[in-house]
Amino acid sequence: MTERGLPPGLSRRAALAGALALLTVRPAQATPEAMRNAIRDFTGGAEIKTGRVTMDIPPLVENGNSVPLAIKVESPMNDADFVKAIAVFNEKNPQPNIGIFHLSAQSGRAFVSTRIRLGDSQTITAIALMSDGNFWSGSVELVVTLPACVEN
Amino acid sequence: MARVLISLPKARKGEVVEIRTLIQHPMETGYRPKGDGTSFPRDIIQNFVCKLNDTEVFRADLFPAISANPFIAFTIKAAQGGTMTFSWTDDQGRSQTETADFVVE
Amino acid sequence: MKRPAAFALALLWATPLIGGTAFGQTPDARRSGFEEMSRESQAMQRDDTANPGMFAVLDGEELWKAKAGSAGASCADCHGNAETSMKGVAARYPSFSAVRNAPVDLQGQINICRETRQHASPLPLEGHDLLALTAYVGRQSRGMPIAPPDDVRLEPFRRQGEALYKMRQGQLNFSCANCHEDHAGQSLAGSLIPQGHPSGYPLYRLEWQGIGSLQRRLRGCLVGVRAEPYSYGAPEYIALELFLMSRATGMSVETPAVRP
Repeated sequence: MTERGLPPGLSRRAALAGALALLTVRPAQATPEAMRNAIRDFTGGAEIKTGRVTMDIPPLVENGNSVPLAIKVESPMNDADFVKAIAVFNEKNPQPNIGIFHLSAQSGRAFVSTRIRLGDSQTITAIALMSDGNFWSGSVELVVTLPACVEN
Repeated sequence: MARVLISLPKARKGEVVEIRTLIQHPMETGYRPKGDGTSFPRDIIQNFVCKLNDTEVFRADLFPAISANPFIAFTIKAAQGGTMTFSWTDDQGRSQTETADFVVE
Repeated sequence: MKRPAAFALALLWATPLIGGTAFGQTPDARRSGFEEMSRESQAMQRDDTANPGMFAVLDGEELWKAKAGSAGASCADCHGNAETSMKGVAARYPSFSAVRNAPVDLQGQINICRETRQHASPLPLEGHDLLALTAYVGRQSRGMPIAPPDDVRLEPFRRQGEALYKMRQGQLNFSCANCHEDHAGQSLAGSLIPQGHPSGYPLYRLEWQGIGSLQRRLRGCLVGVRAEPYSYGAPEYIALELFLMSRATGMSVETPAVRP
């Protein structure tokens, strides 16, 4: 949904009714707020530090139906200090969650690779939960010209 | 039974190896339009678990945003060999498990 | 080898002195769609455990051994081990069929075998089983150079294919050549326009999230220029494939390829 000033002469109520009518016709779409809620579900509202999480994903996506995504987190990955889980979120697909990956001290490297669907150009965010209870995050902005989910 | 392709290399003790899995599944999102105003109903694999000798080493919760024919790759530090199982479970609770030998020398 | 008279081909045509064998590496200006893809998609194609097209190949391997029809015969009963008997076969299709008195593509030949040898009903075009068998047979030619048969009976159909390739059609009034000759290597709405070589069919297309034939791809293009697509199995597709394969002579078979 884009932010727009109200055109002159249009009452706020009429504009809102018009916007709602438009929303009911389109399929459900995640918003940045839905993504924030999904992130809060994962972190329980705890503080999230930026860093240590990198995503390897092509900035101009070849096809939104299958986008290769590799996530790496800086971590010694030993019994005392390892990545417990990595959750990936998006802001424009119909749903905010992409996947949650649970690792262990036996994983060797904090690494996961998969292929995801992207319905629009957007920012995706990966959040890692460490064994010490801290959350670290990384984000990447992507351009998608051939989207998933909205075409047959 | 969906087809599965697994790349499980041999490992030297202490080596970190990459395991790659691919399962045949449409991962129907629930948003694909049928053409009559309705959508094809959602039907996805929700969960993937990898165990070594019955101990979980990796698990993934999947959502409709994971592409069709889900590809999941992860690593393991080879401490001991044994029986590795790979299980996929869908929305309806149906499950499929593949087994392979993890050789550590 | 027959040289086409038309000029438009001269830019991309070169008689290869050495047959190309590695993916996309030919000593001329021709480039496979493989080379235009991202390195992740290339990695997907190269790795048999990460290429979803391999599912069709595995299904095809099973179908190869399955008894069918009133003859109760499998492909293996006549052709034995596909890894030896089918080596190089996909590289020389379409070929002229005495049974049909016309060129047939590989899937057409599979159906001829089903009808005449196995006494079974033909497999539905673009159906899963036919794609699987075609992918399995095609896989046995992987890495080999495309080698259309030197058969004079094919020549009028190849010329028809070339004419279709250059014919403007549809509401957008484009011919295949307008994009794939004149603008190959440039972009169309963020996607790179490939030269349009049929080296990897049936292939797994990310857009389809499944495997499909060359005919399916051609239909996509026809719909794209807002032309009425020919039905599956139409002779126009065979003629086009014949032309495209001769245009790609020497390039490597990549079946099952991956494309965006």
